Amino acid sequence: MSTSSQSKWASTAPFKHLPESDGAGASGARTCACSLSRPLRRRTPGVIVAGVLLLVAGFGPPAAAQLPTYGVGRPPTVEEVKAWDLTIPPDGQGLPEGSGTAALGKPIYAGRCASCHGDKGEDPKYRVLTGGRRTLTAAELPKNVDWLLGGEPALTIGSFWQYATTLWSYINRAQPFDEPGSLRADEVYAVTAYLLYLNGVIGENDVIDAKTLPRVKMPNRDGFVPDARPDVGKTARTRKR
Amino acid sequence: MNPSAQQPERPSPSRRRFIKHGIALGAALAAGRAAPAHAQLPPAPDDPSRVVGGPMLPYGERSRFEEALREKGPPSMPDEWGGNFTPLGEMLGTITPSALHYEVCRGGVPTIDPKKHRLLIHGMVDRPLILTIEEIRRLPSASRILFLECAGNTRSEWAAPMAPSVQFTHGLTSCSEWTGVALSLLLREAGARKNASWIVAEGADATGNERSIPMAKAMDDVLVAYGQNGEALRPGNGYPLRLIVPGWEGNINTKWLRRIKVVDSPYMTRMESPDHTSLMPDGKARQFLFVMEAKSVITFPSGAQRLPGLGFYEIKGLAWSGRGLVRRVEVSADGGKTWRDAKLQAPLLRFAHARFRLDWRWDGREAVLQSRCTDETGYVQPTLAELVKVRGVNTIYHNNAIQSWKVAADGNVHNVHV
Repeated sequence: MSTSSQSKWASTAPFKHLPESDGAGASGARTCACSLSRPLRRRTPGVIVAGVLLLVAGFGPPAAAQLPTYGVGRPPTVEEVKAWDLTIPPDGQGLPEGSGTAALGKPIYAGRCASCHGDKGEDPKYRVLTGGRRTLTAAELPKNVDWLLGGEPALTIGSFWQYATTLWSYINRAQPFDEPGSLRADEVYAVTAYLLYLNGVIGENDVIDAKTLPRVKMPNRDGFVPDARPDVGKTARTRKR
Repeated sequence: MNPSAQQPERPSPSRRRFIKHGIALGAALAAGRAAPAHAQLPPAPDDPSRVVGGPMLPYGERSRFEEALREKGPPSMPDEWGGNFTPLGEMLGTITPSALHYEVCRGGVPTIDPKKHRLLIHGMVDRPLILTIEEIRRLPSASRILFLECAGNTRSEWAAPMAPSVQFTHGLTSCSEWTGVALSLLLREAGARKNASWIVAEGADATGNERSIPMAKAMDDVLVAYGQNGEALRPGNGYPLRLIVPGWEGNINTKWLRRIKVVDSPYMTRMESPDHTSLMPDGKARQFLFVMEAKSVITFPSGAQRLPGLGFYEIKGLAWSGRGLVRRVEVSADGGKTWRDAKLQAPLLRFAHARFRLDWRWDGREAVLQSRCTDETGYVQPTLAELVKVRGVNTIYHNNAIQSWKVAADGNVHNVHV
């Protein structure tokens, strides 16, 4: 993509030498009720000055516009960020309060998960969730076109997944398939604990919460390597024509 | 390489007429589909110049005689989960019609009101922000013709020739013109901090498809797209907003984009750990396999098609590379023993499908057709045996092997491994 046309517009640097007072009057109507307004105000000169230039050019930015060059956008509220910021990284940042154990998770799993995944996560219909340890080097040929759904190697939570936080995050956001996002935090912790227990990763009464979940070391935690391509077909060869 | 350097042999006019007839017949025989929708309509007039035609439509439809359709797989999964494969064997040129562009969904196609849709950019930025679609459409825009390919395209073919047709061996790639705003513009405007090294992009679908993308790529050539082939994105392709990440695996081109979080490490989401990793024979899995390596496939003659008789045929196919330009495509009709350069349709565009063509005479004997492309980095598309020797048969993703189609003596074309 050609970025040359936008590069001169994308930087606020050309506006920074302009006096701050020019912008203050133009943003007199600016109100920002959200709690993010404080750090924002410290940075307002560039925003306001850019806004003034756009006003001069005929584009009136709304109050509190967040794109300094183009005068559009607004800051999110804390609630808006909280409602969507659901992806949990390996360090567990963003995990909510609550907790669960495998014992508590068993009946929840039975009611909400087992119809698709089997009583113990063994049903290959929509991906096997359990078992499969020590099958990653299995040389067995695929049993069907979509062997991922059955056969070996079996890439399950216990045999393959790197992080327990991924499990929590995905269940919380996307499961059950027909009612995504419908489990409460305690239920997600409990179902996560049950699946970790079924995979032999934790004990039946181990408490899983925001502190303990990131500390769970998955059996295949160190089973991943970086991309090594191009590893095949690298060289342009001279061939007989 | 000069695409026009290869001058094909031309058939004589009389021969061409015969061939044209023969191909039409073959296509009709090969179609063999259920009764088409136009069965209830009055038949087409014998002489359309003698009757007044139908009304002009506000939103066009293709001819009622055209029947190319996407097909969803695998059949074992719900309609909301899986791939919707482009019928590559029936596609012409380089642009995939939006209605036939491949789709992959894991939680159905969401219904999104563009007036309610928002893009949130937050995390390690000086100015966290929310943009509406209307606001995004006000920003400086760009259009680019780019292919997309699912990382799992051709996954059925690692160990044995499983899929009958090019639709199912290679149909999870398509090519469109995409229009949108440079992601780098939004990240600069938001004030992405210098120590930020990744972004996490999230979709508004039922699974919240999430992927981590290195900041270097995010600031390079990624589009926040709202347009596809001159109109708004199709719902199955991310309406009203998606990422287009040139040359990188389909899943990272986040559809229904609603959130970008600027961060300093990958978040290890469901779609990048465990999915979209490739298991090697030693039990280790490669992770963050972003680039789609150079690949080509013959779309005619291809699996489940039939040649109606001896003589002239134009071999047609598509080639593409996630590392940029396709420089060369060679075609073999003897299973890889000898190769001829195919003609490449100009203009050739980086990260776009390239159409290749080669005139060919079928002598009626068994033939194994293959294509092999070379990209601007000098990378040559490998054979399946070369790939399997290094990666084994359990890697699922990124199968860019040379595809073989066997033309049997009866004219039927089959998927084979040689």
